[in-house]
Amino acid sequence: MTSHLMPPLALTLVDIGRILSLAVIAGGLLWLFLRAIKRKEVERRVIFLFIFVSVVAPILFPTVFQEKATPIVKDVFDKIESLPPGSVVLLSYDFDPAMAPEVQPMADAISRHCLVRGLKIIYMCLFATGQGQFTSTLENVIKPEFPDKVNLVDYVNIGYKAGNEGVLNVIITDFKKMFPTDVDGVPYDSIAVFKGIRSCKDLDLVISIGGGKPGIKEWILFVGDPGNVPIASGVAAVVAPLMYPYYPAQMLGMLGGIKGAAEYESELVHHYPQFKNSPTPALLMMGPQTLAHLVIMAFIVIGNILYLLERKKGRKR
Amino acid sequence: MKRNVPLAITFIVGAVLIFSVFIPPMENWGEDFTLFFDIIAVFAFFLGGGNLLRVHLTKLSRRKQDWPYSIVTIMGFLLMLAAGLFRIGNPGDINASLTEQGSLFQTIYDSVFVPLGSTMYALLAFFVASASYRAFRAKNREATILLVAAFIILLGRTPLGTIVTGWVPESFSILQIPNLAIWIMNSPNLAGQRAIMIGIGLGVVSMSLRLILGIERTYLGGDDK
Repeated sequence: MTSHLMPPLALTLVDIGRILSLAVIAGGLLWLFLRAIKRKEVERRVIFLFIFVSVVAPILFPTVFQEKATPIVKDVFDKIESLPPGSVVLLSYDFDPAMAPEVQPMADAISRHCLVRGLKIIYMCLFATGQGQFTSTLENVIKPEFPDKVNLVDYVNIGYKAGNEGVLNVIITDFKKMFPTDVDGVPYDSIAVFKGIRSCKDLDLVISIGGGKPGIKEWILFVGDPGNVPIASGVAAVVAPLMYPYYPAQMLGMLGGIKGAAEYESELVHHYPQFKNSPTPALLMMGPQTLAHLVIMAFIVIGNILYLLERKKGRKR
Repeated sequence: MKRNVPLAITFIVGAVLIFSVFIPPMENWGEDFTLFFDIIAVFAFFLGGGNLLRVHLTKLSRRKQDWPYSIVTIMGFLLMLAAGLFRIGNPGDINASLTEQGSLFQTIYDSVFVPLGSTMYALLAFFVASASYRAFRAKNREATILLVAAFIILLGRTPLGTIVTGWVPESFSILQIPNLAIWIMNSPNLAGQRAIMIGIGLGVVSMSLRLILGIERTYLGGDDK
């Protein structure tokens, strides 16, 4: 009878892993707190060990949190939602593999969103390594999830050109001058995506994904402002605070760090349930980020306990 | 002559690029000059590659400290260069895309470069944690404000911020940690960033004018006489 009233205690291996890892981290931190009260400093390698465990445990035993899009992320999502099918969006991969874990999920989610909305995408990059990163989107998103989308008709990759902001300074008035062909050598005039597109001024939206230089700042200064082109961005968390002065007048929205990517993925799945089974790496990465942030906060508290005790001791002397 | 020619080039290019912004008929001139710049920028790759080889070959030949790492660098450089230039291990013909899945170039990129790059960046987490432990201490009023702001941002960038303060009524929603984090970014951070950017902007304008007018000559090397 009791079994009818009480839900069965069905702990999976992942649940047990989560509980154990949390217990280990919490127990370890408590031990360090007690040591701190006895004025014992924490060694650097102990901090490293805790960070390692707090990052690895949520990867091994994933926990997915529900995310709610903040206005700055929602603005990017809503802009893409508002574009009619057939509009042309330029997606610039301005990043390298070092930044990829943080910003590649943004590029993939935005690509998914644009393609499901029937928008046409021009892919390019201001980083030489951006071309390799686009291959990841092509192989992991476009080909498996949108087999009906045709290269040169629904999307095109025009690749990388050296010159940083110099490239932007040219394409703001003439695309063809800088990109006479796509990466495979198909002439500009034969590419259907470019029909009616002479320069960046004819684009409906430009999104720069990255966080270095050249990146979103250059896109705003050399394309967004002079050409009155709507610009949005996805940037690494360390760069996000530097970009706030441009929002919302010069940059309509921004995905900041893995949190921004997770919010976007969450919003996409919410609006398009067909992506429920698509990979959501950013949402998965929020687990390690959350636990690592908590551990860092705990160490800041421990550091301050030590500092205050030392100061008190100094005053007594 | 050795100094006057570069000074004249700097003046002409700088002046044309400025006028091309304000005088519409000169717009094309600015565009052409930018194209010249892009062509010159490509040569930086040759210089960079040549310099990399020179530095590491010298290190190797003189058996300087950590010279075995130079072997790895040179081998990696030459392998990628060969895979890219001669399309070694590329499915399809010589015209096939380098980034085609299964090509040697893309395989090395995906299997070596991507994990190494991500690993280097991920190491930051360890140093950030260690630095936070040592640096974020409430030594005075300013440091305490910084500490509190750091706590709010750290919590605000995780779902925990919502969980912890989700119960706060909507009329006091500014007190919810994610909203507080947004406020910090949108107000104090924005004010500080704008001040810095305006300062940098004014500095760039004055330095550019000094360069164009030939007042600043340190880029030519040596003394400015």
